[in-house]
Amino acid sequence: MNSIGEECTDLKKRYDDCFNSWFSERFLKGDHDDSVCAGIFKVYQECVKNAMKQQNIDFKEIDKDVLGTDNEYKAPPSDSS
Amino acid sequence: MARYFENTTTFNFSWDQVACGYWKRYPNPQSTHVLSEDTWSRQVRDGCLYTKRLLTKTNRVPKWGERFFNAKSVKIIEESVVDPKEKVLVTYTRNLGYTKVMSVVERVEYRSLGPGQTIARRSAWIDSQVFGFSRPIRAFGVDRFKKNCTQMVNGFNYVLHSMFPRQSPQHNVTPMGHTLKEMREAAAAATDRAKANVLSSVNRT
Repeated sequence: MNSIGEECTDLKKRYDDCFNSWFSERFLKGDHDDSVCAGIFKVYQECVKNAMKQQNIDFKEIDKDVLGTDNEYKAPPSDSS
Repeated sequence: MARYFENTTTFNFSWDQVACGYWKRYPNPQSTHVLSEDTWSRQVRDGCLYTKRLLTKTNRVPKWGERFFNAKSVKIIEESVVDPKEKVLVTYTRNLGYTKVMSVVERVEYRSLGPGQTIARRSAWIDSQVFGFSRPIRAFGVDRFKKNCTQMVNGFNYVLHSMFPRQSPQHNVTPMGHTLKEMREAAAAATDRAKANVLSSVNRT
């Protein structure tokens, strides 16, 4: 899959590979230390943030958390649908 | 009032497999509308993995909708939490920008149903605040969303099957009321198919 910034796609692939093996081989098995991909993530993030700035993407709107907050939509009770 | 829509899907894969496959969903043959995918933030907190990703997708609208929504692509924020202990993955997506024209919020909860099965409960809220046009826009949004659901599930299954090939759910579900003879025949046929599969995989290697 491509990155939003063409120049970041290679970094993204390297990071994704690192993350995917960490996720399946470590995280799901109870090891929560995520430092193994931290280095590549940082480089990849810098690239993406630059690409997003050039495309005038609103960072504030992305930073806003919804899941797990009061702003999260709740399913209506099933008997009323 | 937002239009609400929900459905459930069962995947014939374990929760761990679905959780691993989730991050590799794109690209797949059904996802040609997904243009890019990036991880914006990610951290482990209290044993759970919190991720925020930014996706861009092509924006397919009918001719009449172009006056409201002429963007070539839309940006989507996807928040997710993976709880490996409880075996729950929750994803929450919303579009970034154009939310007055049409806002689509989708929440999906993936839970383990048993050893080789995972259930996905999907809720979606579709809204529009375009004066005089909110009704047709919402109806269009719901319709497009429903169509996309099938594609999403097919695409995800495609990825899961290619990641975990041995687990093809070829076991035919036998409806109740079949005669014993029919069931025996079906079982014999299944055995033959299994043998053929083994043979072909042996031949391939």
